[in-house]
Amino acid sequence: MTNLSAGPFRNEKALARLRKRRAADTRFRLYGLSAIGFALAALSLLVFSIGAQALSAATYHVVKYDVVLDAAVIAPKGKDTPDQISRNVDGFYSLVRENLKDTFPDARDDRRSSRELGELMTRLAVLPTARKVADNPTLMGQKITITAPLNDDLDLYLKGAASPQKKVKLGKVVSVEAETGRTYRLAGPAAFKVIESLVSAERFEVGDAVDRQSILLTTGATTGKISDVTTDSAVIDLLTGNADDFKGATPVARLIGIPQSERNVTDQQIAWTLALKDMGRISRVPHLSLLTHTDSTYPELAGALAAIVGSLLTMFVTAFIAVPIGIFASVYLEEFAPRNRVTEIIEVNINNLAAVPSIVFGLLGAAVFLGFFGLPRSAPLVGGLVLALLTLPTIIIASRAALKSVPPSIRAAALGVGASKMQSVFHHVLPLAGPGIFTGAILGMARALGETAPLLLIGMVAFVADVPSGPTDEATALPVLIYSWSTNAERAWEPMTAAVIVILLMFLIVMNGIVVLLRRRFERRW
Amino acid sequence: MESTVTSAPPATSPGTQANEPERLTFPRIECRDINVFYGDKQAIFDISLPIPDRSVTALIGPSGCGKSTFLRCLNRMNDTIESCRVEGQIIMDGENINDAAIDPVLLRSRVGMVFQKPNPFPKSIYDNISYGPRIHGLAASREDLDGMVEKSLRRAGLWEEVKDRLTAPANSLSGGQQQRLCIARAIAVQPEVILMDEPCSALDPVATARIEELIDELRKRYCIVIVTHSMQQAARVSQRTAFFHLGILVEMGETDQIFTNPRERRTEDYITGRFG
Repeated sequence: MTNLSAGPFRNEKALARLRKRRAADTRFRLYGLSAIGFALAALSLLVFSIGAQALSAATYHVVKYDVVLDAAVIAPKGKDTPDQISRNVDGFYSLVRENLKDTFPDARDDRRSSRELGELMTRLAVLPTARKVADNPTLMGQKITITAPLNDDLDLYLKGAASPQKKVKLGKVVSVEAETGRTYRLAGPAAFKVIESLVSAERFEVGDAVDRQSILLTTGATTGKISDVTTDSAVIDLLTGNADDFKGATPVARLIGIPQSERNVTDQQIAWTLALKDMGRISRVPHLSLLTHTDSTYPELAGALAAIVGSLLTMFVTAFIAVPIGIFASVYLEEFAPRNRVTEIIEVNINNLAAVPSIVFGLLGAAVFLGFFGLPRSAPLVGGLVLALLTLPTIIIASRAALKSVPPSIRAAALGVGASKMQSVFHHVLPLAGPGIFTGAILGMARALGETAPLLLIGMVAFVADVPSGPTDEATALPVLIYSWSTNAERAWEPMTAAVIVILLMFLIVMNGIVVLLRRRFERRW
Repeated sequence: MESTVTSAPPATSPGTQANEPERLTFPRIECRDINVFYGDKQAIFDISLPIPDRSVTALIGPSGCGKSTFLRCLNRMNDTIESCRVEGQIIMDGENINDAAIDPVLLRSRVGMVFQKPNPFPKSIYDNISYGPRIHGLAASREDLDGMVEKSLRRAGLWEEVKDRLTAPANSLSGGQQQRLCIARAIAVQPEVILMDEPCSALDPVATARIEELIDELRKRYCIVIVTHSMQQAARVSQRTAFFHLGILVEMGETDQIFTNPRERRTEDYITGRFG
């Protein structure tokens, strides 16, 4: 027995037990906190990585081209109907290329340079201008400014994503001497000290690989490539502009980490781009075409509009089918169905159905809707039907839970004043379960919105260049677009994919926001 | 529905009690050999009970004795329980209302019910009262309906308290007011019988007293059957009392007699608090 003089509040054994219990309590709290912390960290990592990626796709670089719409080029005889003009990509593109050649006359004589220069802009980027001119022939012969996106690789370069690059400001160049051809020797006391030491440091790190890296020297619109550098002088091959511009200037040197042979943009193209930028012809603008353009093989022209519309059409079909069927099924099962073996089997199987992998629903859709009923491939109608099958169990389960949460006393009250079973359900139970049912329906739809696998199987993965105008048109959906863009090889697709993911997340956030709102406003406690 | 009590044939009365007072003229409802089963389990055994009109009949007994089950037979609420089976005859106006041919919806418009916990619809006070008349098509016009709502609330003694806020949600009322609202809701469909299943068990003594007064008032117009756990309440409000035990009707009679001079030993034990 314990010492009585210690009293019940001083009992050593009891206090020891209490300490143990307290410790267990504290441990459990810590486990809980760390679990929440881990979840939050994972979530924020996801959001930040996608957000950072997407942010670089939120803006892009466009170039202005001042061209005269020469009818002989864009609407030659025999090709001058509005329809032909609107598709005369070659004509419009040659105007732009001529403009570029006028800007950089050096590239005119050399076939390779000429081709490289043309790559600054994708041919298809003139299509909006072509359509505009076709719609408004009075523009013919006038001088207009075409604004078109910069080549996606150069865009990435300007955003600093194409290659690691070290940029340093140099000292004053005093003299410029012409050597052979386009080679010049620039000199200035200690003018090149910074870049020289940078190259030495780089050599220390990567060895002779530094010799394959490019060093571009830029002042204003003039850029040359350094072939040899000492502290006081440098030999450059002039890429664009006028070598005399260097005299008295303090140029900027760029050490580009990836050798020219391993990147998609040449030093020459970078030089032109820097020159265009210096001329104020390149500007960074919001990437609205991501929302207004349809898919394209060129990332700078691609947009998610067709997929957004496709997703919306699919969701309409899904909602139209799954919500009413789900509600009626759950009302019947919950309120009317006799409790027997058959009902039990149906209930168990509905719950099982909710756990069936979505790709199985896709296979089913392909076999039944495409194979048996012969519905069109790639159509939102079929996608909606498959997703309706997929969401039906979710909606039924959520609706039944909502109906169950309506207290039986309400049903008894309605029956007690002589309402029929159906009146008691439709006048009282269903309205009270409404917010819960809609919550379930929206959550089910949100799940359907993010589904990819079943849509792949019914052919909604097609490249869709036109905005679908109805549920039987060819279409794709946002998650499928993410899938297909993420499988593209070019680097520029990466931020674009992230941007579409953000668009999809926005849709989901809006849907979940509606759910939260519904709960806040209409949730009832009994 | 508007038939008055006097139209019921006195011949259906078996005249169980020889010295009934004047008000207990003849049974409004005559129950004969009621057996109730939940699945295989029998809950009520061979209960025969006449229920007189314009008076309060109290059903008392320990928990699980079948009094609520019996009460729910009278408006066929047991139909809503799937495994429940009711056998026997319940005669009302010469018809066996326990017959499948009788529509329970019609029956419930004549036999109203008030539940243990106040269960107003989560709507306005007005909508609560007007719901019954509306689904039964009792009101010809909006004014008619307004009149019915007022009359029902007056009879339930709630009119003065709520007349200025008929559009307020019913859930904003106090527990006692909610229960009176439920009584008003039951009255609104113009029933002849009102069943009350422990109507005061969720209320405080003041609200209970108010409901009891109301029951006393209502018995002038309606046949009332009340299930209660409170012996005092049974003694206060009822004219006749039936004591149930283990699904059997042990004893029934004048309330005064049951409480002062019970014939059965078990009744005496129960009302004196020796079990239950």
